[in-house]
Parts: sequence; structure tokens; C-alpha cells
Amino acid sequence: MKLLEYEAKEIFATYGIPVPQSGGVITDVRQLPEALKKAGGGPWVLKAQVLAGGRGKAGGVKIAKTPAEAEAVAKAMVGMKMVTHQTHGKALVVGEVLVNKCSDIKREIYIAVAMDRKGERPVVIASAEGGVAIEELAQSKPEAILKVPLDAVRGIEPYQARGLAFKLGIPAKELGSFVRFATALARIFIDLDASLVEVNPLIVTPEDKLVALDGKIVTDDNALFRQKSLAERPDRESTDLELKAKKVGINYIGLDGDIGCMVNGAGLAMATMDTVALAGGMPANFLDVGGGATADQVTAAFKIILADPKVRAVLVNIFGGIMKCDVIAQGVLEAVKKVELKVPLIVRLEGTNVEQGRDLLKKSGLKLTSAVSLWDAAQKAVSAVTPSAQGGRRRSGDGGPRSAEEAKQ
Amino acid sequence: MSILLNKDSRIVVHGLTGDAGTFHAKQCIEYGSKVVAGLTPGKGGTQHLGVPVFNTAEDAVRATGADVSLIFVPPPFAADSILEAAAAGVKVVVCITEGIPVLDMARVKKALAGRPVPPAAHASPDGAGGTRPPASTVRLVGPNCPGVITPGQCKAGIMPGYIHQPGHVGVVSRSGTLTYEAVWQLTGQGLGQSTVVGIGGDPIAGSNFTDILKLFQADPETKAVVLIGEIGGTAEEEAAAYIKAEMDKPVFAFIAGRTAPPGRRMGHAGAIIEGGSGTHASKASALKRAGITVVDNLSAIGETVFKTMGQACAKAR
Repeated sequence: MKLLEYEAKEIFATYGIPVPQSGGVITDVRQLPEALKKAGGGPWVLKAQVLAGGRGKAGGVKIAKTPAEAEAVAKAMVGMKMVTHQTHGKALVVGEVLVNKCSDIKREIYIAVAMDRKGERPVVIASAEGGVAIEELAQSKPEAILKVPLDAVRGIEPYQARGLAFKLGIPAKELGSFVRFATALARIFIDLDASLVEVNPLIVTPEDKLVALDGKIVTDDNALFRQKSLAERPDRESTDLELKAKKVGINYIGLDGDIGCMVNGAGLAMATMDTVALAGGMPANFLDVGGGATADQVTAAFKIILADPKVRAVLVNIFGGIMKCDVIAQGVLEAVKKVELKVPLIVRLEGTNVEQGRDLLKKSGLKLTSAVSLWDAAQKAVSAVTPSAQGGRRRSGDGGPRSAEEAKQ
Repeated sequence: MSILLNKDSRIVVHGLTGDAGTFHAKQCIEYGSKVVAGLTPGKGGTQHLGVPVFNTAEDAVRATGADVSLIFVPPPFAADSILEAAAAGVKVVVCITEGIPVLDMARVKKALAGRPVPPAAHASPDGAGGTRPPASTVRLVGPNCPGVITPGQCKAGIMPGYIHQPGHVGVVSRSGTLTYEAVWQLTGQGLGQSTVVGIGGDPIAGSNFTDILKLFQADPETKAVVLIGEIGGTAEEEAAAYIKAEMDKPVFAFIAGRTAPPGRRMGHAGAIIEGGSGTHASKASALKRAGITVVDNLSAIGETVFKTMGQACAKAR
């Protein structure tokens, strides 16, 4: 789960981390005068609250010297559609705008606590060169990045925080406040079951005070059972369709293509998308109905896939293991009857009782195409959405079997 | 031989009396696995599926000589179960549970890191070259995995047993049904498997690819390995480095997620492209540079392995 900047800063404040004086978030320009008053005298900074970095360049961070300027900025920003380098071409609608008092900046520092998958423990990542994209810095100047491994229970030790402070060139008289800051940051990471707690930038003001100017928190969905306060927050990452899928225990992620995919198992679902692309098509979604897909799940999955108007064909790829293929075939048939399928359906079943399953599909009288391998299914799905040029969208054979017969050789 | 499990493996099922534990333990028993004990606190002294149930792992191990733990305990309690199994002295812990918090796994890995490994369970060349004790401990596989199977001998997991066939190809994978797909293709080509290991789809796993590849390299029955990876993390890149430096057995790889969008978790908690790292391209090119055959088309895995290894690995067809 990703938190917005203002949510992260509220959490920072409860842990004693200094943040800029805030006027809160506004969702309407009429709330602006109150927010400006609360944030104290100007100038102010107005920041679009969206779950993506690169807001500054996209016009999502603006400074206003006067209330009139602030009003003009707020009018343009509330409800604006924003595309940044992190939104992958999609526009995010700005629903909330954070109003902060402007801070004077002497220096900018990057600091974050992240989960180090390789080291299997949390790690502090910091750089004296803050305010930039850390991935870019890691590429261009890896020696400028400091890493301090943490204990997953104890967080950061004071000596580790002091060592970091000296390497980052924190003013000596602010040593104590930096240690408190770093300790709080690690504590938030552990207390919230986070996978990332980032402050970029942490600034040093002309008065040598430390202030967290921005904040980002990403938490571990697996830990929501013990993070009640997080579990209550709205899920801002998922689309309506994705939320609907989540509710019925289906893992769905919408994509840009036109071939809807229904698969059991996350790895196989990803591989199915890849195979569709390899055959020259574009998957409309990632969908994992779960390892033990039932007829009800299959019906629910069909409804979700078909709710996407881009879908022009549906590919079902189920490897029946514990759940037998004839049971799955039954589920597919029931679902197809219920949802009144109007696009071509390609079904590939494999595994336990596969013959009975295929037989059921064949005898059903329903208009569907059976496939014997995933490659066969992907090709059939692609030609279903490109009727004119046979296989015209295919990129190239790359050593894969060209037909099911060949695959069986 | 095989790795991790053989016909003599004695399994204690944690959470035997729960729905998932009951269902899958039954399948394991039907496959021929020796399930010797169950573990459900408070139900000690009873029988379930004809197996004695114990209150603690210590009791179960002492009474039955169980040496493999198979865990079906719900996420909030699973990390504790892993530690309990390790403390009771089993050699291999297979944790099926999906949804364990990552910080719990970080703590588990740290707690396991200091334990001495039972000599018999330690087939890897880790401790070679001196008196230094082996770096690893009790072998944990998973969580969030389908388990481990040594075809024809022992199944400790949720995979359909019949798709497997005894043989000489080792399989190691981060995925479930994707593994079944690959195994099914191998079996279809007459290529049996020595052992199939699902290491799981979480960001921190008990065993990574390299841990299992070391075991396959040391196992005389394994003549080739199929590695099934996915986007996220750097485990495939580390495996590539190990294979290049240490392995002389041929390795075939498939990496899922070439078309996955960055920043979205693709089902598995560990399958996510973050900050430009963990991409399919990075993994495929690292593996190719290490001389590994990377198969782009999932449907071609069995065929590709057969073309190279057919004579060495296949039974008479």
C-alpha cells in the first residue's frame, strides 16, 4: 500500500520528525484561504497529492507568494490531469492538494529505509546529494550512495546514525537531532511493516535545522492483518475494476491490450501475458483466479475481464492440478452462459482429467475455440482479434513451436 | 539420490487438522509420502488421517523421528511455526503459507542464520575448504511456494503428484502452476525429474535459486536443471553468477513477466519491478551471458531441454 505525501508527513509528525508548517489538504479552491492561514504567512508551496514521483517537472509543485497567486495555482491544480515519468503514460487526476509554508533550503539530503531483498534485512540508503532521483544517482554516481544495514527488530543503533550523520556532513550541533530523526525513520519502517520510508529531500535550513520536505511510505500488504490503521485507509493504487476483483479474491491488473486473460496462478498468468505478446498480441490484463479456481471464481473472473470495453477476445489458460480440468470446464461453461459472452473465447486446459474437460467443452455446443498448448492458444487469440492479416501482427518465430502438433513432437 | 527429500523422509505437518493441512496432507499420503505426525496446539494425543497429532514440534520429532516439517499455518503464525520446526531439529522446513509479512521473514532468516546444520542435511559444498562451520542451517524452502517433490519417493507440498515422473532433470522455480506447466512438458518429452523445488514468490525466501542450484550440482542423479524465474529482485542474476562460476551441469531458464508493467505487484509479493531493477531484460541477459539457455516461449521448455539433453536425461521412449 502506498501512502500520499501528506499521509506520510502526518505519520512523520507523530514520530517527532520536523515537517513544514502545514495548512492541510484541499479538495476545493474554496478551502484555500483557511489552509493558507493555517500554514502561516507566505510564501506557500502547493503540492499535488498523487502516487507518483516527478511531480515537480509535471507542474504538480508550485510556489505562491501571495494569496492571489495561490488561488490561481490551486484552481489549475485541483482536478488537473498529471503525467509524470513514473506514471507510464497514464494521467493521474489530482484530487487533493497539500498546502505547506515554504522552507528556505541550504542543503538537500536523500534518506530512506528500504527492504534489502538480497541482504534480507532493512537498510538505510542515504546520499548527501538529495533532491534527485536516487535511481539515477545510483547509476551515475554509485559512490555517492551510503548504505547501512539494520536489524529487523532493533532498527538503527545510535552509533550507526552518528556515523551516517558525519558522512552526510550534518552540522555538528544538529548531531542529536539527526540521530533522533534517523531513529524515528527506522522505527516507522518497523512499526508500520513498511517496504519503503523515504524522505527526499531532507533539508538543512539556513538556521541549520533539519526538515522533512517530502515523504513517501510504502507498506507491506501482507501485514495489513496487524496494521489496522493502514487497513482502514483507502486503496488509491487500484482502479475500480481492480478493487472489485480484490473483493472476490481475484488478482487483476488492467493493461492496455485487447486480449483478456484468465489464468490460475500468478507466475503462469504472467507467462500467459508474455506468450500473447510473443504471438504478436497485446494482453488486456493480468488475472490470477487462484491456484484452486472454482466455478464461482471463474464466473466472477469472466465478469471482471468483460467489464473492460477494450477486450475483443478472451483466453483462458488453466493448469488443472488439484482442481481437475473437468470441474474447470464445467465452470467455464456455466460462466459463459451467465455472462452472455459476445467475444471469441479460446480455452486451453491442461492437467488432471484434461480429456474429460476438453470433451465437455466440445459437446457443450458453445462457440469456443479449444487449444492444446499455450502457444497454440495465444496464436488463436491473436488471430481472433486480427481477422484480416493472418498472423500479421506476429513479431517473429523465436524458436517456439509453431503449432500444437509440433509442440507435442 | 535426489535433493531435500527421498523415500525415507519423515514428514510432520504443521496445521494438519486445518482445511488446507487436511486436504493436502491426504494427497501427500496418497502419493506415498511418509507423513508421520501432525501438529496442532491443543489437539495433541488425537489422531487425524490416521496420523498422531502433537501439541509441539519438539514432541512430534521426539516421538516419530520426523525430519521434514510441512507448514500450512495461517500467515500471522507461520513465522513462529518455522522457528518452532527449526528448534525441534528437523532438517528441512517446507512452508506453503502465502501472505507472511516480509519483516517476519527477515527476522526468521536472522534467527536461522546462527544454527548449526545437521551434517546429513548438508549436501552443499558451502563449508568446504577449512574448519569453518557451514554457513547455512536447517534448510527452509518457501514460504508462498508449492513445496518440494522427489518424484516416486516423497511429495511435501500442494503440487499434483501425477504430472511428475522420476528422472534426472532438477527443477527450481519461484512459481506454482508455472512449475506444473514446465514439469508437465518435461514429463511429456519423457524427461523425468530428480527433484522439483518451489522456492516461492516472496521477497525474502528461505532458499534462493543459488542455494538449490548448489544442491543440484552436488547431486549425482541430477544431470540438467530447469530454472523458472520471474521479475523482481536479483535472485536470477545471482544464480547466473553462481552457474557461471561453479556449475558444470546444463541449465535452462524461463523468466516470466517480460510484459509486466513496472511498479505493479504481479500476484506474488516478490514479483514487482521497482525503480528499474528486477526487469525481465536484466535477468535474461545475465543468464545468457552466463551461457545458460534462456527459453522465451513457455510452450517450448520441454522441447528445448529434450533437444539438448534427450539422450542423457530421457528414459527409453
